[in-house]
Amino acid sequence: MAAPAIGSMTFRYAFRGSFTDTHDCFGYARHPVRPDHPKSPEIGGDKPVTIQATDAVLLDIHERMVRIRIFEEEAGKLMENGKVPGALHLYVGQEAVAAGVMAHLEDSDHITSTHRGHGHVVAKGGQFNEMYAELYGKAAGYCKGRGGSMHICNMEIGMLGANGIVGGGIPIAMGAAFSKKFRKTKEVAASFFGDGASNEGSFHEAANMAALYKLPLILVCENNGFGEYTRQDNHQAIVDVADRAAGYGMPGVVVDGMDAIAVYEAAGEAVARARNGEGPTLLECKTYRFYDHVGVRGMGLSYRTDEEVDAWKQRDPIKLIEEKLIEQGIITKRKISAIHKRIREEAMAAIKFAEDSPLPDPDGLLEDVYYVQA
Amino acid sequence: MAEAQLKDDQAPRKLAYVNAITEGIAEAMREESQAFLAGEDVAGAGSVFGYTGGLLEEFGADRVIDTPISEKGIMGLGVGAAATGCRPIIDLMFMDFLGECMDEVANQMAKMRYMFGGHARLPVTVLTMSGAGMSLAAQHSQSLEVWLTHLPGLKVVAPATPYDAKGLIISACRDDNPVFVLLNKLSLALQGEVPEGAYEVPIGKANVMREGKNLTLIAYSRMVHEAMQAADQLKEFGIDAEVIDLRSLSPLDTDTIIESVKKTHRAVIVHEAVRFSGFGGELAAQIQELAFDYLDAPVGRVGAPFSPVPYSPSLEQSYMPNAKRIVAETRRLLGV
Ligand SMILES: Cc1ncc(C[n+]2csc(CCOP(=O)(O)OP(=O)(O)O)c2C)c(N)n1
Ligand SMILES: [Mg+2]
Repeated sequence: MAAPAIGSMTFRYAFRGSFTDTHDCFGYARHPVRPDHPKSPEIGGDKPVTIQATDAVLLDIHERMVRIRIFEEEAGKLMENGKVPGALHLYVGQEAVAAGVMAHLEDSDHITSTHRGHGHVVAKGGQFNEMYAELYGKAAGYCKGRGGSMHICNMEIGMLGANGIVGGGIPIAMGAAFSKKFRKTKEVAASFFGDGASNEGSFHEAANMAALYKLPLILVCENNGFGEYTRQDNHQAIVDVADRAAGYGMPGVVVDGMDAIAVYEAAGEAVARARNGEGPTLLECKTYRFYDHVGVRGMGLSYRTDEEVDAWKQRDPIKLIEEKLIEQGIITKRKISAIHKRIREEAMAAIKFAEDSPLPDPDGLLEDVYYVQA
Repeated sequence: MAEAQLKDDQAPRKLAYVNAITEGIAEAMREESQAFLAGEDVAGAGSVFGYTGGLLEEFGADRVIDTPISEKGIMGLGVGAAATGCRPIIDLMFMDFLGECMDEVANQMAKMRYMFGGHARLPVTVLTMSGAGMSLAAQHSQSLEVWLTHLPGLKVVAPATPYDAKGLIISACRDDNPVFVLLNKLSLALQGEVPEGAYEVPIGKANVMREGKNLTLIAYSRMVHEAMQAADQLKEFGIDAEVIDLRSLSPLDTDTIIESVKKTHRAVIVHEAVRFSGFGGELAAQIQELAFDYLDAPVGRVGAPFSPVPYSPSLEQSYMPNAKRIVAETRRLLGV
């Protein structure tokens, strides 16, 4: 999965007229509609929804991405330096996906996430203090130190948790989407999961039910090309996970997951469909993780080359959006540096907060198990 | 791998638990051409725990197979292939993932031979990792052995030492019925004597690790080592503890347990799993049924509290049973 291949990737949209033909994606021509898409339902009829990010939205997306990047860079250092226990699966490289989708969601919309979940929490509005405290296993953490990285959550902002079980979040998001429809709200649910997770039964069962019941669900597949150390072509016989949508009767969309604006636009279509009661969408974002499966350097296995990683880093999603913001005169280089500096300082202060805060009292171990059983 | 180890005739060879697992799998695959290994990241990556390293190089990609993340599929692969002439070795990575494939295990694998009037043979071995202690939290730290021991039609073993890990894996692979080998992640670096070549540790046979006169500590998996430490500490209180490593939970070696309890008149059971509804309940019941008249004290049980496994080290430390807790529970029971 060499990075340049993304250039030759055919961007396919199951939506009719959903995207502007002119939208530039680093010089590659887009195909707004792929008419031969197998059994893609016609969505939105004759009134295509066009999602276009305003300057304010672009800046908001950028801010979310930088927050994720800095949170994760510092979290990676903490893990490598043995400051936090357990295993951290870091999101660096995939920021455009969380930011582009989450920019459409309110606190009342729910998401489920994966073992690689910090980015989703940050993008949904999670606070650094409570997040770092959780990674440290401290009482002030979002889960009071009980869950850690793989179970980090914040119900107040609609974040139904990272998940230690691959694919575990998908049926839960489907259930949340059911609840939203059942309660006659305009809310939506989104589930983030990997290419590897799309091989779990949980994905297939949830996708079928979501389409059957026309649930307001966005299935966001973050295809980073690997499940752990296994390359996509060694774990599934398809290239685009989005192809699986056809089998369940929902649109499948492939988008450049390094391009936050493209993700934003595609997610906007999917969210609009969901809010309008038109059912679920499978949105596949082609992306890449810059760090190892676990931690930064991980187990040091040679399952991919430095050249491949470097090639993908050429299309660093943050670099891409910053170039665009500057080029369009939305922000200056200096102001971007100031944003990075402000967020870095916030992260360092939050790490200090986490380090200084107390561990959970072991006497509270049995709280929340409903009853004490000897 | 075995070949890389020094061949010193004098000193017994020491090997880590993780490498003993590898050797067990390798020996089983060398002697049986219909054996293959399948699981997530077992080939190229040598498993996330490192215990299948080198197997791809020795046996090739036809016999050491990376699978998709599809546990129900992987377990079904094992059942179907075993029923039709192969001898699959299935790696389930974390035991917590049993949830993804429990139907294949409980309703298919465990029942096929019986339901089919004995006409099916299922020589399948499943390796999986249990236990807490690494801050991997509630979904990567469980000890779910009773999910399996409650099922007639499965054999369940839980090696505590490198020697037993290798020997039990070989026995499991030679067995014509489904065997689960429950490994322990905190034990991966544990060193112990491991002979070269193939040898069996019999399934269904407990091991008396240490003889004693007035208490029997019954444990399995990593808790055996905590029980050994506790036995040392209990000397101080005038208690001479015998320690039994069950090694095999199903079939269970009740003879060894009962013989010991008849001698010591007291028993404390230790496991890492949640105490309530744990395997210790079965052991305590067996003891009172078979040795009631010999008991001088209630049978004690040490296990994890009734809660999911917490992440924070401060909580996890107080969650996990250890030698200190075994000593405390023993003293409480015996009033010393
Ligand atoms: C049910 C289950 N099976 C296996 C694992 C072990 N595991 C953790 S992450 C992972 C890879 C997931 O790949 P993917 O879904 O592509 O997500 P990515 O790590 O690439 O973000 C695996 C196999 C698990 N946690 N849960
Ligand atoms: Mg992946």
